[in-house]
Amino acid sequence: MVNTLYLGAEGGINPVIPHTSEIILGLISFLVLLFVISKFVTPKFEALYAERAAKIEGGIEKAEQAQAEAQKLLGQYKEQLAEARAEAARIRDDARAEGLQIIEELREQAQAESSRIVAQGQHQLDAQRAQIVAELRADLGRTAVELASKVVGESLEDEARRRGTVDRFLNELDAVAAPASK
Amino acid sequence: MTKLVLAAEEFTPPGVQDFFPPAIFGTVTKPMVLLVLSVLLIAAFWIAASRNLKLVPGKFQFAAESLYDVGRNGIAREQIGAKDFKPFVPLVITMFTFILVNNIFGLIPFVQFPTMAHIGFPLAVSLLVVYPVYHFVGFKRHGFFGYLKHQTIPPGTPWFVLPLMIPIEFFQKFIMNPLTLAIRVFAAMFAGHLLLLVFTLAGEFLLLNGGVMIVVAPVAFAFAIALTFLEALIMVLQAYIFALLSASYIGMALAEEH
Repeated sequence: MVNTLYLGAEGGINPVIPHTSEIILGLISFLVLLFVISKFVTPKFEALYAERAAKIEGGIEKAEQAQAEAQKLLGQYKEQLAEARAEAARIRDDARAEGLQIIEELREQAQAESSRIVAQGQHQLDAQRAQIVAELRADLGRTAVELASKVVGESLEDEARRRGTVDRFLNELDAVAAPASK
Repeated sequence: MTKLVLAAEEFTPPGVQDFFPPAIFGTVTKPMVLLVLSVLLIAAFWIAASRNLKLVPGKFQFAAESLYDVGRNGIAREQIGAKDFKPFVPLVITMFTFILVNNIFGLIPFVQFPTMAHIGFPLAVSLLVVYPVYHFVGFKRHGFFGYLKHQTIPPGTPWFVLPLMIPIEFFQKFIMNPLTLAIRVFAAMFAGHLLLLVFTLAGEFLLLNGGVMIVVAPVAFAFAIALTFLEALIMVLQAYIFALLSASYIGMALAEEH
């Protein structure tokens, strides 16, 4: 009640009607501020934002590059390692094969040598045997004839007969000995 | 009871006259001085903030950047769209800080006058800056008739409501928008300041001349303090809304077919 009375009394001022001077001042102030901000402030902030974005993007890119590099190197290392492993396996296999081959060769050589030695021994034995047989045959013949002449008391001068007798005796002896030796 | 009635008769309640203090000199009034002061303060703040920007911000730069972010990303980019918002960032930042500081003047001791409680100031910004800007960019983007169609015929409108729709949309977009934009902040500041005045002046009056009613004075002061906090919220909110709606008008004018 008092308030309305008072308003009525004051009358002249209506707060809803704008003052022209205030509109003009408001517009000029705002435009000055807008000019200052758009000229001096926002370009710097935008530059900062752009720089920051670039820096972050650059950082990310660099990290990605480093990661790719590392990945590549890892791949290389793995490849090299696999190669080395294969190489080692190959060398091992080769060595084993070579060893086997050497052993085989040695065995063959040894076998050949042993058979050669055996054969040689056999030969020698055969030769010795033949020699001994021949010697014995001659010896035995003479001794037997002497023994016989002493026993018989007569000299078997006749060469032909003597030879025949001795040969017959020895053949008999051989026939007896041969089955025994077999 | 008689004392209260007596007191009420002696008490001069605050009113419109409190918003129109006598001129300081010539025709220069308090709000005019405050407005110019606000321009100096805001310009000084932004220039100081942007003078030595670093990639890794310090405390002051961080605060300034947060404020800048509200205008740039929170308002301009959200409302206008990531494609077109860049040229309007200065406008949005200026509107937000200009209205914010002038509102906050209502709470600064000794200043204690929200400049925007004089309708001329917000009206200057809304009617002479925001209004021409958003219609200009709209006409430029869509052509004269294309823009009129774009603004007055919402997509998907059935043909038979068009006679009703076109005048309403036209009235809203071309006449009401700048006015409501200005009136919104003006009314909030005017009413809020009046409310504060009522409680403080009443408290003062009760304290000095209230007699027995002096016991009510602390209640009035307590309300004044509580309302001060509410006012602080409203002041920031109104500045934000002003910038947000302006950006949204620009965004709508620029939008492709929805």
